[in-house]
Amino acid sequence: MKPLTHIHSRTAVLADENIDTDRIIPARFLTTTERTGLGKSLFNDWRYLADGSSNPDFALNKPEAKGCEILVAGRNFGCGSSREHAPWALTDFGIRAVFSNEIADIFRGNALKNGLLAVVLADADHRYLLDHPGIELNIDIAAQTITLPDGRKIEFPLEPFAKHCLLAGVDQLGFLLQHETQIAAFEQVRAA
Amino acid sequence: MAMAPQTLLDKIWNAHRVAAETVATPAILYIDLHLVHEVTSPQAFAELRARGLKVRRPERIVATMDHSTPTLPPDANGKRPYLDKATEAQVATLEANTKQFGIELYGWNSSNRGIVHVMGPELGATQPGMTIVCGDSHTSTHGAFGALAFGIGTTEVGHVLATQCLLQRKPKSLAITVDGKLGKGVTAKDLILHIIGRIGMNGGTGQVIEYRGSAIEALTMEERMTVCNMSIEAGAKAGLIAADATTFEFLRGRERVPKGADWDAAVERWSEFKSDAGAKFDREVVIDAADVKPSVTYGTNPGMVIALGATVPAAKDALEQRALDYMHLEAGQALLGEKVDVVFVGSCTNGRLSDLRATANVLRGHQVADGVRMLVVPGSEQVKIEAEKEGLHDIIRAAGAEWREPGCSMCLGMNGDIGKPGQLVVSTSNRNFEGRQGPGVRTVLASPLVAAASAIAGVVADPSPYVSEAA
Repeated sequence: MKPLTHIHSRTAVLADENIDTDRIIPARFLTTTERTGLGKSLFNDWRYLADGSSNPDFALNKPEAKGCEILVAGRNFGCGSSREHAPWALTDFGIRAVFSNEIADIFRGNALKNGLLAVVLADADHRYLLDHPGIELNIDIAAQTITLPDGRKIEFPLEPFAKHCLLAGVDQLGFLLQHETQIAAFEQVRAA
Repeated sequence: MAMAPQTLLDKIWNAHRVAAETVATPAILYIDLHLVHEVTSPQAFAELRARGLKVRRPERIVATMDHSTPTLPPDANGKRPYLDKATEAQVATLEANTKQFGIELYGWNSSNRGIVHVMGPELGATQPGMTIVCGDSHTSTHGAFGALAFGIGTTEVGHVLATQCLLQRKPKSLAITVDGKLGKGVTAKDLILHIIGRIGMNGGTGQVIEYRGSAIEALTMEERMTVCNMSIEAGAKAGLIAADATTFEFLRGRERVPKGADWDAAVERWSEFKSDAGAKFDREVVIDAADVKPSVTYGTNPGMVIALGATVPAAKDALEQRALDYMHLEAGQALLGEKVDVVFVGSCTNGRLSDLRATANVLRGHQVADGVRMLVVPGSEQVKIEAEKEGLHDIIRAAGAEWREPGCSMCLGMNGDIGKPGQLVVSTSNRNFEGRQGPGVRTVLASPLVAAASAIAGVVADPSPYVSEAA
């Protein structure tokens, strides 16, 4: 993984609450054995019309959303299935940060392990971002701040270990593997 | 000094902590049982290969295939009717990966193959006090045995394959106490739908639910699994029910449980895994079992629940209105009498033997209505074998329903078992999300009793006339 320290982008807003992982990536696209290539199926049944053409009403299809790396979503984003294909589809599409005022547990954990900054904002800050789609944000991950166009800063919480991994571009498996001795000792005590 | 009273969650957590949580790092939690299936594992095995890592504890893995597998039997040449090349390749990839890494696979030739959350408990692999994970959100099912069981993503599947551990911050605890007796014809499915309706589809986020109280203690293991299965539908990390005599009776004699003197020692050890009197939960909810009625969903999330005979409530916001529009329903109308196109009985929620018995009891001597397609999909090969011994398949087929091979099937529709756009499916599964059972398909979640009655009536129907007939 590449280190992720700053994100500078306009926002795209999907204000619906409870956007579940079936909407992010429908199950019929889970037949892949790869992590890549899912971006084209992101939000498939929302993004495309029945004839396969682009749905002009869908926020991410609008010209102003092109190149947006920040998604602001309604409450309880990513609920439902544990499929990691959901953050894979988002990152493959080019999204690097997801903000909401509540994000489902498994999705949030999966996202942070894939260099996708998924963080929960205070209700008022979230409301502001929902109400101002397309504004340009500067995200500083080390400082845990979002700078708005008017210079105002929003703070966001970030689990310290996930933050460390994002900033250093390292994955958690390396950390676990370093604890081999402790794991082996635990297994021995339990077997006794 | 006396220890402070602990919750069941505390006890399991503490017993599996390889390294304690610090400000900077999550706890390292040891995982006793890892369930693996074809959809969420290929990229994890690929990661191990890329890093030159081995699977640390192959004997702690139970692997099977369930999501992409066809539910129609093979042809005369033994060829399975896969949906497409991709689903077939996914199953072949699991076969190759388990072989390469020395993991036992309950595959096509195994009489124990099945939906991972049905076959794990059948084998006795699921045991009280364990930590259990799987790349599947309905891993919460195994909490019915007093095990801390939760769904993980594919990256974490790789972590467990390589280290048998996960990095985790401890979740909060939520006690849901259900006292009293469930009414006649009220099932475990109705209970969990009622609970989700009450606390909301995000009411459990960041928490592990412990279900307790006299109504929970009175449930069979299959019913407890139905309740714990849908914990994730309230957003919870896991659902737990403390092990008791019902649990031990279910496990006794199963393939993977200890035998003889080891069994007695295991029961003694398992009996410790319950919340102490006076243990403090972060949050508590109390439900009166008498308030629970046969329930169905009317919207596009599992929190949009009403009693079967109730009318659709007015939309509280634009999102709920969108859900009603998607469902072709209007506020104030009854759901009873709504035309049904497809009925699905199956899934890790309601695909066990008791569910098929309930279905057959309603169907017996009746016909599935003209124009309705009904699929009955056993949760596992064992469920299928047992059901066929009892002749349930004959009753189901005689009624005009399809008797299929075990698998996840229409619950998520990955294998091609889906509805057509606009069709209404009464489903015993766990999610009624938009498009879950096929693009544009409208899902009503219900118990097997309601599902079977609706198949006969051709509309969403009350099972009580059929149930009293059967009883």
